[in-house]
Amino acid sequence: MIHTYTYTRISPPLREICRYAGCPEPGEAETAQIHACLAEAEGKLACRVCFTELPLPWDKLPADSRSLQVYLTGCSRILLFGATIGLETDRLIARYGRISPVKSLFFQAIGAAAIEELCDTFCRDMEQAYAPARLKPRFSPGYGDVPLTLQRDIFALLDCPRKIGLTLNESMLMSPGKSVTALVGIQDPSETI
Amino acid sequence: MQILEFVKQNRLYLDGGMGTLLQAAGLKPGESPETWNLTHPDVVIGIHRDYYEAGSHVVNTNTFGANLLHFSEAELDEIITAAVANAKAARDSAHAEHPRWVALDIGPTGRLLKPYGDFDFEEAVAVFAHTVKLGVRCGVDLIMIETMNDSYETKAALLAAKENCDLPVIVSNAYGEDGKLMTGASPSAMTAMLEGMGADIIGVNCSLGPKAMLPIVEEYLRCASIPVLAKPNAGLPKMVDGKTVFDVNPDEFAAVMAEMVKKGLRAAGGCCGTTPAHIRAMTETLQNLPVVPVEDKNRTVVSSYTHAVVFGDSPILIGERINPTGKKRFKEALRENDIGYILNEGIRQQEKGAHILDVNVGLPEIDEPALLESVTCELQAILDLPLQIDTTDPVAMERALRRVNGKALINSVNGKEESMRTIFPLQKKYGGVAVALTLDENGIPETAEGRTAIAEKILAVAAEYGIAQKDIIFDTLAMAISADPGAAQATLGALRTIRHTLGCHTSLGVSNISFGLPDRSGINSTFFALALENGLSAAIMNPDSVDMMKTYYAYRALHGMDDHCADYIAFASTVVPAVPAAAAAGSVPAAPAPEESRSALQKAIVRGLGTQAAEATGELLLTTEPLSIVSDEIIPALDLVGKGFEEKTVYLPQLLMSAEAARSAFEVIKNFMLSSRGETTARYPVVIATVHGDIHDIGKNIVKLLLENYGFAVTDLGKDVPPAEIADTVVRLHAPLCGLSALMTTTVPAMEETIALLRDKAPWCKIVVGGAVLTKEYADRIGADKYAKDAMETVRYAETLL
Repeated sequence: MIHTYTYTRISPPLREICRYAGCPEPGEAETAQIHACLAEAEGKLACRVCFTELPLPWDKLPADSRSLQVYLTGCSRILLFGATIGLETDRLIARYGRISPVKSLFFQAIGAAAIEELCDTFCRDMEQAYAPARLKPRFSPGYGDVPLTLQRDIFALLDCPRKIGLTLNESMLMSPGKSVTALVGIQDPSETI
Repeated sequence: MQILEFVKQNRLYLDGGMGTLLQAAGLKPGESPETWNLTHPDVVIGIHRDYYEAGSHVVNTNTFGANLLHFSEAELDEIITAAVANAKAARDSAHAEHPRWVALDIGPTGRLLKPYGDFDFEEAVAVFAHTVKLGVRCGVDLIMIETMNDSYETKAALLAAKENCDLPVIVSNAYGEDGKLMTGASPSAMTAMLEGMGADIIGVNCSLGPKAMLPIVEEYLRCASIPVLAKPNAGLPKMVDGKTVFDVNPDEFAAVMAEMVKKGLRAAGGCCGTTPAHIRAMTETLQNLPVVPVEDKNRTVVSSYTHAVVFGDSPILIGERINPTGKKRFKEALRENDIGYILNEGIRQQEKGAHILDVNVGLPEIDEPALLESVTCELQAILDLPLQIDTTDPVAMERALRRVNGKALINSVNGKEESMRTIFPLQKKYGGVAVALTLDENGIPETAEGRTAIAEKILAVAAEYGIAQKDIIFDTLAMAISADPGAAQATLGALRTIRHTLGCHTSLGVSNISFGLPDRSGINSTFFALALENGLSAAIMNPDSVDMMKTYYAYRALHGMDDHCADYIAFASTVVPAVPAAAAAGSVPAAPAPEESRSALQKAIVRGLGTQAAEATGELLLTTEPLSIVSDEIIPALDLVGKGFEEKTVYLPQLLMSAEAARSAFEVIKNFMLSSRGETTARYPVVIATVHGDIHDIGKNIVKLLLENYGFAVTDLGKDVPPAEIADTVVRLHAPLCGLSALMTTTVPAMEETIALLRDKAPWCKIVVGGAVLTKEYADRIGADKYAKDAMETVRYAETLL
């Protein structure tokens, strides 16, 4: 069964936005510009997550992946999720791409910080829901030796286009651009001891 | 009986969920339900038959994902043939007395269309067309396009259906909890577009349970002049004893459907989680409820991919600035394919308050159909305003209308036979509201009566094409009062009659009235007020004109359309002269402190203040040669910031803010040079692009901006650009330098392919590459001349080639 969550209160931390924009110590002009961009992005994030739980082994996982073997040690099941902040951020990035690359850069940073914040929030919620089982930090296709083509199987299973409006193109790129798919290893208490 | 005949008098019952029932019968997660038509026909027929026997008039074939993206041509043929045969077998064997039809079910492709995805609009039309043709060959009774969560893909599917059959088409969209499609469209916008294109029944399915769907259905019923359908889910899924169940039972489901039916719903069914039991409970509950007639809402409406703009009491402003007529700078932008300039004109007009944008790119020496299509696509990628397609070339008109993501204004048709014969079929096919000029073969009548008579003729001919009066608005033609003192009165008289006697909406190109007179804005804004008072619905005007905007806001306040005069007050605060300097800057420099000896322009650039940079440039131009301003002021200021960036004392955003300020200065210089000499000179042409398959362009845009700052003539081919297009452009411009960007490891092969092609076709051209995944070693391996780690390094490299 695939669940869908909508988050309406995701607000990316300023520190992270600055880090993604490449100015860890913004001056007043940059800060003013970031706040203007945040105001423009206000109400335009549509944060959605779809997820399901799977028992291991899952036959779509690459059997020969060393990274996954290490990551899944001690796990008997996983959470699989897709998350997106929606298309409006892509539109803002594009809108300013040609006329104000600096605003485009800040929207890009806001989007990057927002999707991370969304994933963090979702994973925290899951940690609570699954306690006392332990959840490992999320792991996405493309990490280590796990091929991006795993995306196809994740999309087929989670029905991401229909559930949360997240699509995959032929180069394994996701649209909306600010989106994440990942698996989360679940260690049950008996297994962690 | 034909289904559309039946729907005129009766309520239509649709079927319920298919996927959930197949899963219960053993379909595995991730397995394709469509193949079950072949492997488990008895199961599929059984489900269809249960729905017919539960009261469904229409059952959808099990073909939700049956398209060429998921199956080969041969597989698809087999699947659709079997699917239709299964539905027909169920229809013929069902124990039921009511009329029964088979609908070819078409779901979304799962791919996002360009520009935010990589799926081309015409490719999408072709994929849907293939499915439609197979369904028609197998003898379905109608087409059901459903669960679409993107307006553009919905348009592609409906177009494919309309172009490949004459069967009735039902179109149903899936909305989120926020009441919008995933890509942003409101029910009002979808209603405008789908009705305009000739869908027969429209509505909502999936995503939501019946209660959550109710407000969206109500919005459809408020807007639509055709029957509305609803197929909600049976609430939300939950896990009980290891099985997925939905939380709305058949009786609860039927009760909410009854509420919808009382409000006017004319077609009812279910989606995920609903079963024959839900449909049976629904048909039994609804059977004694009266059928609410479908009313013509008589809405004159256009739409974008997000919202609808309805012609009514409050005047509509149509921004006229995307038009080369009389604008040297705009003409130059068109010739240079400088889309950025055109987009900026669009954004500015939106910020000034335009509701719709007129789009005219007609110049004798350009390929207007191609350019109008691409400008239409580019504008709607970044702006959510409806567009008014403005061209005299029918080929250009069709190409643009086809790509509009919504319902456009069509500018224009007139009373000439040929014009009506050309435009009305396009309007009928693609939807749209036509702007009709009250002139014909005999010219423009001098009197109001003459113009009204032409309007009546146009309405009569439109009706022959099946175009309703509400989809025509009239332009009674503002003519120069300097040539004819009675001109304004004839225009206003015709306006009054057409608005109040014929009951049609109206539009005017207001500023023509003052042609040949000094201080035109006074005449224009007064005429605008008079026209509004005489029934003007929309004005094609310049939103930059403060006088026109004053009239607009004042008119709304005076007519009680502006609560507490809030809009007028907000507008007035923007036109009061602002406190200079400090307030305008709104910030303190964070970049390296400019030395006191630097000029105002240099300080503005270093601090990243665009407005000040432009003003300072304007002042310098009074005393200084334009090219010395570039070499003695702008470039040294940019160098200072660039050096700081290279030394890591300045961050990327600061560099960009300076670059944007420099661009404001360049824009002033460019305008000055155009007006004095008619042309500008650049250092040399550079072609840049994000390679095929990749849609990341932030880095590339930064490179473009900096290269332009340093005086290079940059041709930006955009993102996802095929190798051949890049090579052709380099050859055409004989460009000495080409810049390629790629962000994804998966698209680096496309970069390599592009380089190989460039080496073959344009051996003189140096190639600089960059992007997140590239390194010096990688760049060497794929045969680039230079790896640039950032935009400044690209500029430095470009300078070495001078």
